[in-house]
Amino acid sequence: MDNLVEIKGLTIEFPMRAGTLKAVNQADFSIPRGQITALVGESGSGKSTLASAVMRAVTSPGRIAAGTIRFDGEDILALSRKQLQAYKWERASMVFQAAQNALNPVVRIKDQIIETYRAHRSGASEKQIVDKARDLMDYVRLEPDRVLQAFPHELSGGMKQRVMIAFSLLLDPQLVILDEPTTALDVITQAYIFDILVKIHKEMDITMLLLTHDIGVVAKAADRVGVMYAGNIVEAGSVYDMFKRPKHPYTAKLMKAVPSLYDDLSERKAIPGSPPDLLRMPPGCPFAPRCEHAFDACRKASPSRVVWPGGHEASCHLHPDSQTVSIAEVRTS
Amino acid sequence: MSQGFADFWRTIYRNKKSFSGVIILALFIFMAIFGPMLASLDMTVKFDNRYASPSWSHWLGTDYGGRDTLLQLVYGSRDVLTIGLFAALFTLVIGFVVGAVSGFAGGRTDTALMFVTNLFLTIPSFPVLMIVAALVQIKNPVAFSFILAVWSWAPLARAVRSQLLSLKNREFIVACRIMGLRMPYILSREILPNLTPYLAINFIMAAQGAIVASVGLMMLGLAPYSPTNWGMMIQLAVQNTGGIFNPKGYIYLISPILCLGLFQMSCIFFSNGLEEALNPRLRSN
Amino acid sequence: MSVRELELEREPLRRSRELARADGQQALMSLEGVSLYYERRRGMMAPAEQVGAVVDVDLDIYPGEIIALVGESGCGKTSLGSVLTGLAKPTSGRVLFQGADIAGLKGERYQDFRGGVQMVQQDSYAALNPIRTIYQSLSAPILQRKIVKGRKAARARVIELLETVGLTPPDRFLDKYPHQLSGGQRQRILMARAISLNPKVIVADEPVSMIDVSLRISILNLMAELNRKLDIAIVYITHDLATARYIAERGRMAVMYLGRVMELGGVDDVLSQPRHPYLQALLSAVPTPDPDIAKAMLELPLRSLEMPNAARPPAGCRFHPRCPHAIDLCSQEEPQLRPVGASEAACHLAEQTLAGWQERMAAIRASRDS
Repeated sequence: MDNLVEIKGLTIEFPMRAGTLKAVNQADFSIPRGQITALVGESGSGKSTLASAVMRAVTSPGRIAAGTIRFDGEDILALSRKQLQAYKWERASMVFQAAQNALNPVVRIKDQIIETYRAHRSGASEKQIVDKARDLMDYVRLEPDRVLQAFPHELSGGMKQRVMIAFSLLLDPQLVILDEPTTALDVITQAYIFDILVKIHKEMDITMLLLTHDIGVVAKAADRVGVMYAGNIVEAGSVYDMFKRPKHPYTAKLMKAVPSLYDDLSERKAIPGSPPDLLRMPPGCPFAPRCEHAFDACRKASPSRVVWPGGHEASCHLHPDSQTVSIAEVRTS
Repeated sequence: MSQGFADFWRTIYRNKKSFSGVIILALFIFMAIFGPMLASLDMTVKFDNRYASPSWSHWLGTDYGGRDTLLQLVYGSRDVLTIGLFAALFTLVIGFVVGAVSGFAGGRTDTALMFVTNLFLTIPSFPVLMIVAALVQIKNPVAFSFILAVWSWAPLARAVRSQLLSLKNREFIVACRIMGLRMPYILSREILPNLTPYLAINFIMAAQGAIVASVGLMMLGLAPYSPTNWGMMIQLAVQNTGGIFNPKGYIYLISPILCLGLFQMSCIFFSNGLEEALNPRLRSN
Repeated sequence: MSVRELELEREPLRRSRELARADGQQALMSLEGVSLYYERRRGMMAPAEQVGAVVDVDLDIYPGEIIALVGESGCGKTSLGSVLTGLAKPTSGRVLFQGADIAGLKGERYQDFRGGVQMVQQDSYAALNPIRTIYQSLSAPILQRKIVKGRKAARARVIELLETVGLTPPDRFLDKYPHQLSGGQRQRILMARAISLNPKVIVADEPVSMIDVSLRISILNLMAELNRKLDIAIVYITHDLATARYIAERGRMAVMYLGRVMELGGVDDVLSQPRHPYLQALLSAVPTPDPDIAKAMLELPLRSLEMPNAARPPAGCRFHPRCPHAIDLCSQEEPQLRPVGASEAACHLAEQTLAGWQERMAAIRASRDS
């Protein structure tokens, strides 16, 4: 698999008064070129922090304590300031959560686009930039004339989000990261936006990383999925592997804990316990306190990563190697 | 509740600035309450002892009339602190009542009360204070504080009102209404405690402001004459006795200024930690 | 159509509902022709507009039932919740609690209503006073409303409540402040508070949308348990069809759009046989956690994505500008809720749209299984 982004052993720490918080703990994750990859996790999972590291935008006091991130073969953690400038937004861009609030309320959309463009590249005339903006508006199915002239408050939430998607595509990046792009939007608009994203992805061959806690969205839009828990990547694989043959108990239980419109309601079960306290993580596997299959080894040592053919990988003591068929697997599939 | 008390002081202790403010304030209060009891001030004039240098019998030397500077400061602290305390108390009570009633009741009550408040806000206080001082002889420091308060409650009233307007619609207050809890309960047990940090900080700043104002008035000679009042001491040193021309008089001149400055600083430092200490969310858990 | 004409037209429907009640049970709460309008200005100089948050809604709530109120933002479900709890007075229509119009209630009868309808809010952090401990927040209502007398009784009752909502050991929670608890724990506190007044109805407005997905079911299970054990009716307001289906499993569902109820019926029936095109569009848009179905599901082609301005709703059927099935009649006459099979729908073409939907779903299933 040709990977656009390869993350190895990434650890991101936040020193706090009460101790050091490991937001991301030795994460290994790859984002294949030309696919839509989803990163699933709940609060405290670390997915936003990991994505911000790929953007070289980890908010202080967080710092990257260990690991490498290779983008198209290049180590982006070692980029010089000038190279970083050329990297951000031109090779990797991001659509933030509730990004609609990222627009300057007193500047017209058209002017904000021109400003953003000019901040990165010189030499383009205003007409060229506006033409490009019009193309992008068409892509996200907005009326260029109306939207470019408008102020942000004149647009609805769904329209603003589409504008932000257009913004992220302005400089033809190779990777677009979307952090919960459709919270605060209604379901119909959400479906519409994902349609647009899939279309853009196909036609412009852009690699996408989608951060979300909504597994329905993942099932619909993603090709590849990574699952994070308490800062660790616990499982990764194709979207079908994830849903049909989950190997990690957290993944399996997550599927079971979310009600859907068509499943058997009696099979739904919540995951016992509460979200992890990142400041007081017990030794061993981070999911052990809530896992019904946990045994001694789980509480002593962190499980190592096991890879199955086809790119399916998981970190769980139930799978010490790729040959064992564990009891858990038989039960959850 | 005692848990909250202990947490409060622990948080203040942890904030070094705040803690030093508390210590200095406590020293001043101790000085004000017990100081005059420990030593008696002899105000008879002894010119041959004027502007004496600091010695064991006069720790800060003497003033223009040969009287002990330190003792005068100690005696003066009573007046100064009384004025500060009472002025702040009156300011807070008037300001809070007007602002809370106005914000909570709304409608015509609100309009009427705000009209009065705006009146007090726009009329310049200092000229009025000067006129009042010229017309009325105020002997009592408590009465003096009241007059100071009358001209400083208006900004607090406005601020309290806007706090109330936003608190009124907070979800936990709405929840109280859904549960059918009554108005007096909501005001006293749910809303007022949320304003405590705000009110406490305002109290301290009002005290500090009142002292500064009273000192200013005294320097202008508009307030009751009291030679031990720090402001009066500065006034005497600068204007009446040539203290600024006599190098030996510098201690007499500078010590009340230092005292005032120290008091103000300690107030500001203390209030620095107050917000954190009074809000359980900001305290350590 | 004049108001009088509308009233005459609705009579048969109301009559049939009364009959249903008569042979079944008395409705606990009834909304009769309830509308809630509020004024809005789009700027200081613009004229004030009337926005219909709730328009002409008839709804009954039966004792001990669970009814889900679903719709997207702006549909009026939250406003309807406010009307039910008495926070908002309807601009027109009546709200009945145990047969009596709540607008006229005074004294003890009013207190019965006040205590009888309680609310669980979405934001558990904002709904609790941040500077009061859990014990203080839970004891105040029961002491103030004289449900218990004295500190000891209050403490015992609070401990009992904490155990009922699954917060054990209860002692651990008494002296904590809201910010020291997790979202799920706070939500349980809200529920403890709601049941402490022994209500007959709990209105829950998006109670789980701010909670981690893996924990939502446990909160919903708790609500279902409280409904069963304490016989408290639950009005579950949400935009999430999946959780609505989960909790209102054997109950009813009402779908709202721009202030009106568009479809009403048993949850299973409504979700498997959606009659109203808006509901069909919603169902097509909700992504299912199954890649085969999710990737195969095509959206219902809507003619427009934008919600109309609530101050100027479309003429006739409110949904017609977006509806792919709209005919002339739809822009002229506003359809009323009428029985279509086992449920009610407000659509002139309900029978045809239902048939169309069933064909689509069959086609999708066929393509998935092949």
